Amino acid sequence: MSDHRSSDDIIICEAVNKWYGEYHALRDVSLRVKKGEVIVVFGPSGSGKSTFIRTINRLEEHQEGRIIVDGIEMSNDIRNIDAIRRETGMVFQQFNLFPHLTVIDNITLAPIWVRKKTRKESEARALELLERVGIKEQARKFPGQLSGGQQQRVAIARALAMEPRIMLFDEPTSALDPEMIKEVLDVMKELARSGMTMLCVTHEMGFAREVADRMVFMDRGQIVEEGTPEQIFTNPRQERTKLFLSQIL
Amino acid sequence: MAVSTPPQRTAIPFYRDTRIIAIILQAVFAVLVIGVLWYLYTNMIEGLRRANLLPTFAFLRTPAGFPIAESVIPYDPSMTYGRAFIVGALNTLRVAVTGIILATVLGIFIGICRLSSNWLLRNTATVYVEIVRNVPLLLQLILWFFLTKAFPRVQESINAGGLIFLHNRGVTLAWPATTASFGAWAPWLWAGLLAGAGFYAVRRYQFVRRDRPGVALPWAALIAGTIALLGFVVTRIASGTWPVTLDLPELQRFNFEGGLTVTASFAALLVGLVVYTAAFISEIVRSGIQAVNKGQREAARALGLTNGQTLRLVIFPQALRIMIPPMTSQYLNLTKNSSLAIAIAFPDLFYVGNTINNQTGQAVPVILMLMASYLSVSLLTSLLMNWYNRRIQLVER
Ligand SMILES: Nc1ncnc2c1ncn2[C@@H]1O[C@H](COP(=O)(O)OP(=O)(O)OP(=O)(O)O)[C@@H](O)[C@H]1O
Ligand SMILES: [Mg+2]
Repeated sequence: MSDHRSSDDIIICEAVNKWYGEYHALRDVSLRVKKGEVIVVFGPSGSGKSTFIRTINRLEEHQEGRIIVDGIEMSNDIRNIDAIRRETGMVFQQFNLFPHLTVIDNITLAPIWVRKKTRKESEARALELLERVGIKEQARKFPGQLSGGQQQRVAIARALAMEPRIMLFDEPTSALDPEMIKEVLDVMKELARSGMTMLCVTHEMGFAREVADRMVFMDRGQIVEEGTPEQIFTNPRQERTKLFLSQIL
Repeated sequence: MAVSTPPQRTAIPFYRDTRIIAIILQAVFAVLVIGVLWYLYTNMIEGLRRANLLPTFAFLRTPAGFPIAESVIPYDPSMTYGRAFIVGALNTLRVAVTGIILATVLGIFIGICRLSSNWLLRNTATVYVEIVRNVPLLLQLILWFFLTKAFPRVQESINAGGLIFLHNRGVTLAWPATTASFGAWAPWLWAGLLAGAGFYAVRRYQFVRRDRPGVALPWAALIAGTIALLGFVVTRIASGTWPVTLDLPELQRFNFEGGLTVTASFAALLVGLVVYTAAFISEIVRSGIQAVNKGQREAARALGLTNGQTLRLVIFPQALRIMIPPMTSQYLNLTKNSSLAIAIAFPDLFYVGNTINNQTGQAVPVILMLMASYLSVSLLTSLLMNWYNRRIQLVER
């Protein structure tokens, strides 16, 4: 395992393949992510972006290839899966906050039960995080009482409370009204600048241009092209990338 | 002042004011309902008076004169109709309470089986539910009853390890019974209970002080159980007899001695109601768990919670809120369905009420009493369930 640690690649995917029944959802997907890198994954609907980032914390199981996260090989060993899940935070399109718990209880649930922290230190940390995402005053409310943008910021705080080394985002702004997108993107930009390793599925090209180190274009389960934002936006190598960008820009 | 007041505040005529309209509608509805009820009531009383059937409850104090096959309180035919009615009510309660508990346990188990990843378990549960809930309950009760009737005579009972005997008069079970040395064991029981409770209190205090949640109840139960068990053995060594023994049924010439015997009617009714209601409860449990958004499970798993923690801390609290109201209906259904006992001769409230009616001809008072009885049990159940529902709803918002 130490041979993986020696490089500073924190996520290594090698020839990952996944099928849903007959349907080949991921085809030989290979990607290496360095510590502190911000990667934006984009591509048409159904191209396998969600499937790909969900295999990284085993919300989806891959059938072929290797995935190594922070030196831990993803296998059927429940201990490895749990270890990887503790290292990675995930933010979903639909927020997925726990509606029966207050904002602060949403954030402290995992630190208390998984990290075995005391309630007091977890709550103190939660309040810090809420301050960081700009909604400290909402701590005692229930998720249903918040706006979409506020809910997504709580979801980010909840993931950060586990002190993950990697954050995965699956279209975090797609379910939001335009005026709320900015407040979530601002939080994500701040996170990116703080040195967090981030893998983001998003079509917010402004965000990509501003903070992404690399962009990955996926189509039909494959990585078609990857490069710096500069290169992708000004000089895409593949015809399909060019076509897709012309449609969304 | 007049300037700052919006002009339309004073301008609403009363017949357009939504608040006044609401009150008027309520009042009209109340008057209509009371009027209709009063009309029906006076008509009924008038009719009954002309037919000389005016209801009185005097018959309740006269001797009933008919036997009742089983009763939890002493009863013989020389006792009053009132007493007979209570015997029936207690029999209904006995079936309903036992039935609700057993149906809940079986229903939750089957509901979870239906969501199992084990193919055999899942499909067995599905077949069970589909068969049971698609056959009329009355038919099922009669089936169970004839099944027990098809059992051999007492002398040739079907014997399961000497613990359960099936025969055509019902079911005889081995049942725990206290012995002379029970008194010597009692202090151990109390000690165990106190130690368990003490441990629990201390742990809870520690959880609060150290500000860290944890699990205390299973350990407390283990401590209490260990002390009780230790005392059980010590009592045996000291006095030579176990404080509680399993009273094994023994076949006498015509009947069983010892153990617990329930009649074929009771067994058939209980099994029938439990099997039937559990099928519906399992559907409620299954749909309750499934109704919780799948994103909830994913979010919990992504945070690193284990499968068990996910179920306990995230899925179940949400599923429970969905499950309680339909669960209440099933409990009420079970209680009311127990009146089908009349088909298999179990002397429940309805059966006894029916007999009283046949003998006295006092149809109206008997039906009123039956309705009042079922209504009180149902309202009590609803009240308890609503209270519980409100308690867990509060957690949300
Ligand atoms: N549980 C599943 N069962 C079968 N097929 C699935 C399942 N989940 C996804 N797929 C299929 O896999 C393909 C990739 O889906 P995925 O959700 O990864 O796409 P995506 O790139 O995230 O698209 P979008 O932009 O719409 O979110 C799609 O064709 C989808 O229909
Ligand atoms: Mg997607």
